[in-house]
Amino acid sequence: MRLLSKKDSKLIMDPLADNNPITIQVLGICSALAITAQLKPSIVMAVSVIFVMGAGNVVISLMRNIIPSKIRIIVQLVVVATLVIIVDQVLKAYAYSLSKELSVFIGLIITNCIIMGRFEAFALANGPWRSFLDGIGNALGYGVILIIVGFFRELLGSGTLFGFKVLGDSVEKTGLYAIGYENNGFMVLPPMALIVVGIIIWVQRSRNKELIED
Amino acid sequence: MAIDTDKNSYTVIFAIVMVLVVGSILAGLAQGLKPLVKANERFEKQQNILYAMGINANEGPSDVEFISTDKVEDVFNSTITKQYIIEGDKVTEDSEAYLLDVKKEEALAKDPNYVRKLPLFEGVKDGNPIYVIPIRGKGLWDAIWGFVAVDKEMVVQGVFFDHAGETPGLGSEIKQRYFMDDFEGEHLFNESGAFEGITVAKGNADPKNERKTDNAVDAIAGATITGDGVTAMIKKDLRMYVPYFKTLK
Repeated sequence: MRLLSKKDSKLIMDPLADNNPITIQVLGICSALAITAQLKPSIVMAVSVIFVMGAGNVVISLMRNIIPSKIRIIVQLVVVATLVIIVDQVLKAYAYSLSKELSVFIGLIITNCIIMGRFEAFALANGPWRSFLDGIGNALGYGVILIIVGFFRELLGSGTLFGFKVLGDSVEKTGLYAIGYENNGFMVLPPMALIVVGIIIWVQRSRNKELIED
Repeated sequence: MAIDTDKNSYTVIFAIVMVLVVGSILAGLAQGLKPLVKANERFEKQQNILYAMGINANEGPSDVEFISTDKVEDVFNSTITKQYIIEGDKVTEDSEAYLLDVKKEEALAKDPNYVRKLPLFEGVKDGNPIYVIPIRGKGLWDAIWGFVAVDKEMVVQGVFFDHAGETPGLGSEIKQRYFMDDFEGEHLFNESGAFEGITVAKGNADPKNERKTDNAVDAIAGATITGDGVTAMIKKDLRMYVPYFKTLK
């Protein structure tokens, strides 16, 4: 027996590629620019969003029949906000330096349109299990892009990965720097995340022509 | 049983129950994690104070690495020999002076009758006493703060700056090595012996910071207001300690 039915696995796989929230739906760009200067915060952000979306979608889905439609958006906001505060508090307690680094961006998960979008479009109309898969799938799709962007920005901008000097030491001129290589300071700045996301979109659409809009 | 979720009474009750449930969950969580968060904040302060004294885990020339969290308590206790709280002429020793909320004291001091409590930490470096003073001020967007380590003559031995939300790449650079290292050796008094502070100056024409008695360091391009904030907090907060340092002579 397969672990997931075909329909269910589509919920996870689709947002990873052909219906990616960042590159196809162009949602959640703000946080994708802000925290991807290094790989580590990108991964933490991805994990946090996976938690918030997975749990949030399940909670909303379980409550979908009792939520008064008049205050539906408020209820969704409260659920996201609660989960985000939980993430924030846990990070503050167990990963303090990281939570300082991410500072306001953890709070900004609340405004991540992918989350509200999935609550509204999916969790309110589907059961908890499928909503869970949908939430995880979309968060993974978001996280994958974050990690790819973080990887290139840290590697090309600072010459490091997870803070390790993989390309040699830029000050003492060892490794690649010995032959005249220089870090690209532009990569550290937020606008370059847009360029990297743009390149990902370009690669993705040239591989799958169906994604190109007329 | 189908519930009429459109009814006003239902909506109101739902909202009230939701707020109560969410409120208690979050309050419980915050209470439960409070000791851990408090400990983290305490370690951070210890790390910052030690950093200003030049005790850090820096390896490369641009690192800003603190003593690791699991060791910082021991290092702090063995390095900082005395902690004082200065209230006007009265100086009391207090082993938890570093936990004093400088922001709160600043607010209380607006009342002219209030005698502000000033924390001061004394340690030993290379055989000489060294004093660390906390400072706090405003940057462009939000609070900036730091610790300044000085010797008996109030010559700066090291600094640490931090900020709540200065612009990345511009104002946030105040916590970079190239800026903080410039303060080392700077004099707070001018040549005629009056308190002058240190100005974060544009057009200082001293990029290598060789003139240590000019009461100025080089500003960061594009971070004028944050730099002015640093100047102001050094002038304002360190001046309050001058009477105490006079008594040391």
